Amino acid sequence: MAEAAAVVAHQFDDAEQQRDSVSLGMWLFLIQEIMFFGGLFLGYTVYRYKYSEAFRIGSNELELAWGGINTVVLIFSSLTMALAVHAAQLGKRKAIVAWLLATILLGSVFLGIKGIEYTHKFEHHLVPGPGFHYEGSHARQVQLFFSFYFVMTGMHALHMVIGVGLLAVLVWMAQAGKFDSAYYSPVEMTGLYWHFVDIVWIFLFPLLYLLGRDR
Amino acid sequence: MTQRAIPLPTDESGHHVVPVRLYLMIFGALMVLTAVTVWAATVNLGPLNVVVALLIAGLKATLVILYFMHVRYSKPQVWIFVGAGFLWLAIMITLTISDYLSRGW
Repeated sequence: MAEAAAVVAHQFDDAEQQRDSVSLGMWLFLIQEIMFFGGLFLGYTVYRYKYSEAFRIGSNELELAWGGINTVVLIFSSLTMALAVHAAQLGKRKAIVAWLLATILLGSVFLGIKGIEYTHKFEHHLVPGPGFHYEGSHARQVQLFFSFYFVMTGMHALHMVIGVGLLAVLVWMAQAGKFDSAYYSPVEMTGLYWHFVDIVWIFLFPLLYLLGRDR
Repeated sequence: MTQRAIPLPTDESGHHVVPVRLYLMIFGALMVLTAVTVWAATVNLGPLNVVVALLIAGLKATLVILYFMHVRYSKPQVWIFVGAGFLWLAIMITLTISDYLSRGW
C-alpha cells in the first residue's frame, strides 16, 4: 500500500477537501477545453451554413466506415477507462494496469485508423495547400471544408496522443504501487480527460462524416 | 443536492463506486445511439438531419458526462462548474449563429 501517496498537502484541511480541489481544478481545465473546441465547432457550423453544398461534397469524400469504426473504438476505450477508475477505487492494482493498457491499445488503434484516413487524403490530393486538387465544382470551398477537417481532427488526435502518454505514466505509477483505494486521483483525473476527448469525437463524427449523407 | 445521488457502495475515500453493470449498460446505449445516428443520416429529413444528429450527439455526451465522468454522483460545485461551462458555450454559439442567420433580413 502506498501510505505516502495518501498524504494531504499542507494547504488542505483533509483528504476530502484535497480531492474536491483536484476535481474542480480538472473541470476548470476541461471547461477551457470545451471553449477551445467550441470555437472550432462554431467556425465549422458558420461555414457549413454558408457553403452547404461544398461541405456536403466534402463530407461525402470522407470514409464513413473508418469514421464509424473509430467511433466504436473510442467509446469502447471510454468504457475500459471507466473500468480502470473502477479498479482503482477498489484498490485492484493488476486490474488497473490491465484496463489502462486496454485503453492505450484502443487509443492507438484509433490513431492508426486516423493515419490511414490521412494517408488516403494525401493520395487523393485533398490536403489543403498548394497540392490540393479537386475536379468538381466549389473546389475552393471544398478545400475550406478540408481545412476544418484537418484542424479539428488533428487537434483531437493531438489530445489523443497526449492522453496515451498520460495513460503510459499511469501504468508506470500503478505498477510502482502509487495508488490504493484511498488515493487514485491521477487515474480519476486522466479518466475525465479521456472521456472529454471521447465527447469531442462524439460531436466530430456526425458533423464531419454524417451530415449530407442523405442524398 | 447530494441527496439526489442514488445510494451506492462507497470506497474508503467516500467515493461512490458505480457498479460495472451500469457502465456496460451505458456502453450499450452509446453503441445503439451510434448505430441510430448513422442510420438517420442516410434518411433525407431536410433541415432536420442536423437537428437529429446534434440531439443524438448531445444525448451521448450527456450519458458520458453523467456516468463515465461521475458527474451524477459529484458534489454541487462540480455541477455548477460543468453547467457554467456549457452555459458560456451556449452563449457563444447562440449569439454567433443568430447573427449569421439573420444577416439576410
